[in-house]
Amino acid sequence: MEDLYAEYEEKLPQKLIEEIKTHVPSKISKTKLKAILEKVYLEYITGIAEPGECVGLVGAESIGEPGTQMTLNTFHFAGVSEMNVTTGLPRLIEILDGRAEISTKMMEIYLKKPYNQQPEQVKKLAESLKETLLKDITTSMSINLAETKLVIELDEKKLTDINVKPVQIAKVLEKNFKGYALKVDEASLIIKSKSKEEDISGIYKLKQKAKSVYIGGVKGIKQVLPVKRGDELIIITAGTNLKEILQLDFVDQNRVMSNDIFEIQEVLGIEAARQAVIKEVFKVIDAQGLNVDMRHIMLVADTMTMSGTVLGINRYGIVKEKPSVLARASFETPIKHIIQASITGEKDDLKSVIENVMLNQYVPIGTGLPGLITKIKKA
Amino acid sequence: MSYVKNHNLVPKHAKLSEKDKKQLLEQYHITIADLPKIFTDDPAIQELDVKPGDVIKISRNSTTAGEVFFYRAVIEGV
Repeated sequence: MEDLYAEYEEKLPQKLIEEIKTHVPSKISKTKLKAILEKVYLEYITGIAEPGECVGLVGAESIGEPGTQMTLNTFHFAGVSEMNVTTGLPRLIEILDGRAEISTKMMEIYLKKPYNQQPEQVKKLAESLKETLLKDITTSMSINLAETKLVIELDEKKLTDINVKPVQIAKVLEKNFKGYALKVDEASLIIKSKSKEEDISGIYKLKQKAKSVYIGGVKGIKQVLPVKRGDELIIITAGTNLKEILQLDFVDQNRVMSNDIFEIQEVLGIEAARQAVIKEVFKVIDAQGLNVDMRHIMLVADTMTMSGTVLGINRYGIVKEKPSVLARASFETPIKHIIQASITGEKDDLKSVIENVMLNQYVPIGTGLPGLITKIKKA
Repeated sequence: MSYVKNHNLVPKHAKLSEKDKKQLLEQYHITIADLPKIFTDDPAIQELDVKPGDVIKISRNSTTAGEVFFYRAVIEGV
């Protein structure tokens, strides 16, 4: 039995063989199994794309048509007012364009075993991830004009939440502002210039600067939200910082996800970026209730990551990589490309589709691809 | 950097030997320039000791076909 499977292992993809193995009864005769495998094999080879088939075109249409039915919307998280996520068509465009700056960065942080059960504990961990600036933990910041000093009142409740003492904050401030004297008075900090002639505008600038002094948490994480996913609790964040989150010991490093494809490329490599493109595109299409075959998305992701970095499907990305001048010119900004090509003396081999359409020649796809050799009978 | 290797998004990367590389190129009638690329500074191949001109064999876990092999040629990182 096993040798029969082994024989077909070369011919059929692993997944199909596994599927056959699970579906056929265990006491099947050898001849019957052989017949099944042969039938599956025939079906499989008729399903394979033929040489010269324009898979890119089919893929573009297969994603494009359902794309027209997508809605323009953003999805809001219930319970958290300011956390919304780009979905639908805008998100799809964003991914396929290969934008380096996406509109809503998000992370899904899975936690390791003992940490992912109690809501209290997860909430505490979530809060510790959030980037805290000085302005987030103060009740007021006022300038004393008479004595030209800055008085910062700290929020004691918030301080206990993130487990920081006023003295520690004073230390951070001291590092940031050299040339200023700092005084800690219970929960208030008083900053005064060491030089006598500090004017009002100087102290005002100091106040603005002091607001965005980094106190704790992970940089870039703007909001956190513990969410139940299956039988565990995960943390969803607005803003991303994959590199630093991966260093933390309570997160499940194998499953942490960011929706920023460029960040994934940087931290985890090009193959991970490809996987992320597939995952993100599929998520959008699936959320809209549309049905696009995975293979089309895979083709798009493969094309985008061909060159070693993520390139968008636009004139700055994969179109720029095309070797043919006419093909590039036919897409967008034709004059620019033709002028550039004539200056540098570029050569067009006419190997692709569009330039041959322009020149009224056979396009090298399908039956236009192979050349024919005929034996001519000598007269 | 072990977290890169273990992450769910990262498939297994392996370096092809010179013999396997030659065989691959012959099998598909291609040159090394025809393969998709990967940069030398890609985080996933830092432990493999690669140089430009090597070929990386990637064992992807495809949802449609099971384990699939994919190849990338190493090029100088920018």
